[in-house]
Amino acid sequence: MRSRRKRLTPLDFVIFAAVIAVVAYVGYRVESVLVYSWDWSAIPGYLFRHDADTGAIVPNLLVLGLLTTLRIAFWGMLLASAIGIVLGVARTSRRLFPRLVGWAYVGFIRNIPPVPFLFLFYFFISSQILPVIEIEAFVGGLSDGGTQVLELLFGPADLIVNFLSGVISLSMMMAAYIAEIVRAGIQSIARGQYEAGYSVGLSRLQTLRYVVLPQAVQRVIPPLAGQFITLIKDSSLVALISIQELSFMAMEIAISEQRFFEVWIFTGFMYFLVCYSLASVFNRLEKRAAAARR
Amino acid sequence: MIEMRGVNKWFDDFHVLRDIDLRVAQGERVVICGPSGSGKSTLIRCINALEEHDEGEIVVDGITLDDDSRHLSAIRQEVGMVFQQFNLFPHLTVLENCTLGPMKARGLGRSDARALAMELLERVRIPEQADKYPAQLSGGQQQRVAIARSLCMRPRVMLFDEPTSALDPEMIKEVLDVMVDLAGSDMTMVCVTHEMGFARTVADMMYFMDDGQIVERAPPQQFFEAPASERTRTFLGQILSH
Repeated sequence: MRSRRKRLTPLDFVIFAAVIAVVAYVGYRVESVLVYSWDWSAIPGYLFRHDADTGAIVPNLLVLGLLTTLRIAFWGMLLASAIGIVLGVARTSRRLFPRLVGWAYVGFIRNIPPVPFLFLFYFFISSQILPVIEIEAFVGGLSDGGTQVLELLFGPADLIVNFLSGVISLSMMMAAYIAEIVRAGIQSIARGQYEAGYSVGLSRLQTLRYVVLPQAVQRVIPPLAGQFITLIKDSSLVALISIQELSFMAMEIAISEQRFFEVWIFTGFMYFLVCYSLASVFNRLEKRAAAARR
Repeated sequence: MIEMRGVNKWFDDFHVLRDIDLRVAQGERVVICGPSGSGKSTLIRCINALEEHDEGEIVVDGITLDDDSRHLSAIRQEVGMVFQQFNLFPHLTVLENCTLGPMKARGLGRSDARALAMELLERVRIPEQADKYPAQLSGGQQQRVAIARSLCMRPRVMLFDEPTSALDPEMIKEVLDVMVDLAGSDMTMVCVTHEMGFARTVADMMYFMDDGQIVERAPPQQFFEAPASERTRTFLGQILSH
C-alpha cells in the first residue's frame, strides 16, 4: 500500500501557517496588551519543601494534591469500571428488571450535571452510608504498619471518609457513562459467539464472562480510555466537596499567593501530563490487542 | 438418541417448522437437505435449543428439552455443534478455543484439557496451529478447529449446520475428510449440507425438507435414485445437474 500520509500538500502549509499565526497572536496579546508580570518562583516551593524538624525534603501541597488526584483516579477507574460493567451487562439482559434498573440509573445520572450530583451524593454517602459500615472505627483500630499501607492507598487516615465519599460519588457518576460504552461493546458482539459458547456447554453467565465480555472490552478500549481521562479531569470537581486533591490545593495556593495564572497554568500542565500518560498507555494496549488478533 | 415429535415453530406469523417428526438412533448419521429457507437449519438448531420450539417434544439422550435449565445445559454438553460461520472465539488461541468448554463446563484441569485438545487437534490434522489465533488461519483450518472444539466436549451427538457453505471450494475437501473420518468412528451425526457426495458416502438416512416440512425420508440409495416426491426430484435435479 502506498503511504499517502507522508506527502505534504499546499493545504498542510496553509494550516501550519495558520496555527503559527494564532499562537504568535496570543503570545503578542499576552506580552504587550495584558499587563502582567510573570513570577513562577513560588511554584517550586509548593511542590516540595524542606521540613525544618527532620531536615528532609518532603512533598508540599501541589504534590500532595497530585497524589490524591492519582489515588482518586486509580480507585475511581476500578470502582467505576466495576459498577459500569455490571450496569452495562444489566442493560443487555434478557430479563426486564435488570434492564429497567440499568436504564433508570443511566438515564438518571446522565441527565443531572455533576455538581448537584456530587453535592447530594457526597452528603448522602459521607453522612449516611460510611458511618453505618464504621469505617472510622476500622481505621482507628489499625496497627502502625496497617495505617501506613492505608495511607499509601487512600491518603491521610483522618481524611479517609472524605476521600472515600468523593471516590464513590465520582465513580457512581462515571459508571453511568461506562455502562453505555460497555453496553455498546456487548451489543456489537455477533450472536454466533453466544451460540458457540452455549454449544460448548457454557452457561449464559460463563458465555458472557469468557466469550462476550473480553471481546466487548477489547473493542471499547478507545472510548473507555476517553472516559477514564474524563474521570481524571472531572476529579477536579471533588474540590467542591473539600477533597484536597490537585485543584483544591491549586485554588488555595492561587488565592494565598495571588498568582492565578502561574498556579493554574502549572496545575493544568500537571493534569495534562497525567492524562496524556494514561492515553499513551491505552494506545499501547489497543495496539497490542490489535496485534494479537492479527 | 434424538427424538422429535410433532415439533412446530413460528417466527412471528411465519410457520417455519411444521409437524416435524425425526428419530435418530445411536451411531446413526443423518443428512438433511432442502432449498434455503426450508427450515432445515432451524430444525437442527432446535435440537440444542439455540432456537426454542413452540410445540411438540424433543428428547435428546433421554433428556426432555423443556423449561428446566438443568435439562438444557445437560443437553448442550452432550450435543456438539459446528456452524456455517465457524464462530471460533477470536480473542482466544486455537488451543484455548478447545479447552474453554472442557475447563469451564466440565471442570477439567488445565493440563488434562490441553492434552485432550491436542489429541483432537491432531485428529483434525491441525496440531501445529495450536498457538495461533483464529484470524491467522484459513477458512478450512478454522472449520476443522471448530470441529475439534466441539469434540473436546466428548459429545454424544454432533450437529453440522452447513459446515462447508462458507468455504472456498479448495477447502471443502479437507473439512469433509474430517467429517467422513468422524462418521467412521460411530459418532451420531446430524448434518445439514448440500454436499451430496458426502451424503452418499456417510448418510444412513436422508431427509428432504421444503417449506418447513419433512417431505421425504429415505436411505441414500433410494433417495438419490428413486425419490418418491416430485419436489425432491426437482431439487436434486437442480443441485446435481452440474
